[in-house]
Amino acid sequence: MTIPHLLVHEHKDTVGVVVVENLKAGTEMLAVVTADNSSFSVASRADIPIGHKVALKDIRKGDTIWKYGQDIGKAVADIAKGEHVHVHNVKTKRW
Amino acid sequence: MASAPIVANFSLNRNKLKPVKGRWIEAPSFKAPMRRKRRADAAMDHFYGWRRENGRVGVRNHVVLLPLDDLSNAACEAVANNIKGTMALPHAYGRLQFGADLDLHFRTLIGTGSNPNVAAVIVIGIEDSWTKVVVEGIAKTGKPVVGFGIEGHGDIAVIAKASYVAKEFVQWASELQREKCDISELWVSTKCGESDTTTGLSSCPTVGNMYDKLIPKGIYGVFGETSEITGAEHLCKARAATPEVGERWYKMWKAYQDDVIEAHKTSDLSDSQPTKGNIAGGLTTIEEKALGNLEKIGRECKYIDILDPAEAPAKGPGLYFMDTSSAAAECVTLMAAGGYVVHTFPTGQGNVIGNPIIPVIKITGNPKTMRTMPEHMDVDVSGILRRDLTIPEAGDALIASIIRTANGRLTAAEALGHREFVMTKLYRSA
Repeated sequence: MTIPHLLVHEHKDTVGVVVVENLKAGTEMLAVVTADNSSFSVASRADIPIGHKVALKDIRKGDTIWKYGQDIGKAVADIAKGEHVHVHNVKTKRW
Repeated sequence: MASAPIVANFSLNRNKLKPVKGRWIEAPSFKAPMRRKRRADAAMDHFYGWRRENGRVGVRNHVVLLPLDDLSNAACEAVANNIKGTMALPHAYGRLQFGADLDLHFRTLIGTGSNPNVAAVIVIGIEDSWTKVVVEGIAKTGKPVVGFGIEGHGDIAVIAKASYVAKEFVQWASELQREKCDISELWVSTKCGESDTTTGLSSCPTVGNMYDKLIPKGIYGVFGETSEITGAEHLCKARAATPEVGERWYKMWKAYQDDVIEAHKTSDLSDSQPTKGNIAGGLTTIEEKALGNLEKIGRECKYIDILDPAEAPAKGPGLYFMDTSSAAAECVTLMAAGGYVVHTFPTGQGNVIGNPIIPVIKITGNPKTMRTMPEHMDVDVSGILRRDLTIPEAGDALIASIIRTANGRLTAAEALGHREFVMTKLYRSA
């Protein structure tokens, strides 16, 4: 299998994890869903470090972010598909 | 010319270790001397350990100088310096503690001395009576243990007396032999650290797969990190063996939220949980961190009981939850005090922790960490991210590493001298 750029835990997830170093903006990324090894592609809109997340769809401010098929927090800004998702645009719902 | 290491009859890279930049001078007829050829059917169902007086099996054979309190560290370290092959476990506390905090202090010291990786113990304290509490607690295992109080004698006299005993202990322990033991006699703990998004994808599920395979064989397992279940508490509660245990777990978790987090927080904890290292590795929220963390208990295992910090499990083989801090050294110290003899430690960004009495096996799936700090890693599962290694294959690789470690192979942390021994303190002393 070709080495994926992005791993996604579950189909329900709205973010995926970059698993290669030096990912550049504009890369047509191969994404693999680990739950069933299915794949799809999505273009990156930023240079994103390994381990960091990418939006798999357009996300609106206030939307729940899904990963592992679970709620991992909420968007505090609009996030376009392919953009970097991290502490600048997502916060916990706890504490 | 820069000085190159001179190596004779030995090569670092033949044994599948990473070559280091520089030149090597090798004996021309090199044959790897350090690893016997393993049989193709190398059994994964047993290991060689030391059976202690109480029947438990250890995988290390330490003779420990255990200070009751901070004041006794110096004497313990002096004895360990006098008598080769012994080890002092200095720590910061032990004075004027009271109530549950004092109970935990004693439980941690007694549990540490009682751990089957420890052959014999010398306890040194500033005064006799609390020293006696620890000596008597450890003595229940049947192993050799002696205590000394410093007051009225002074460091030098105590160091001299303790050194004579330590010499006897270490010579006695060095003759004890390993014996063949079924894998079911292993007690394996887990806690992850410097997590990132790769731990949830690779190294934590590797540990989970190991537990899914070994718990049914009758080992004891344990996970903890109460604060870092936050965000996955609904899933963790559901993984209890019975609804009653799940309710007790939830109560314990909720009490931590109310009594510690809500009582002391000054912000949304965004700077502490996730940590700066977690955030650098791509983790954004505590929920995301917790979901990755919980991957360590696999798909099938259910925990059968909840342990207080440093408490030994008492409900037979199976998976347990221990109510611990999520700080690595505190957590591993508590699990070792609970009687676990091998620790599995998934890391993403590269935590370097070790423990003085139990080997800590590092597992990483982060290729960058594997590239930048390989000397700290024992099991490389970065193939999971490339999709050329499956989780079950990674689980088997971890089990193989656990057995080799149990049989005596030093972990990276042991070889590098990491001996973090950190007592958990519940509140200010009197």
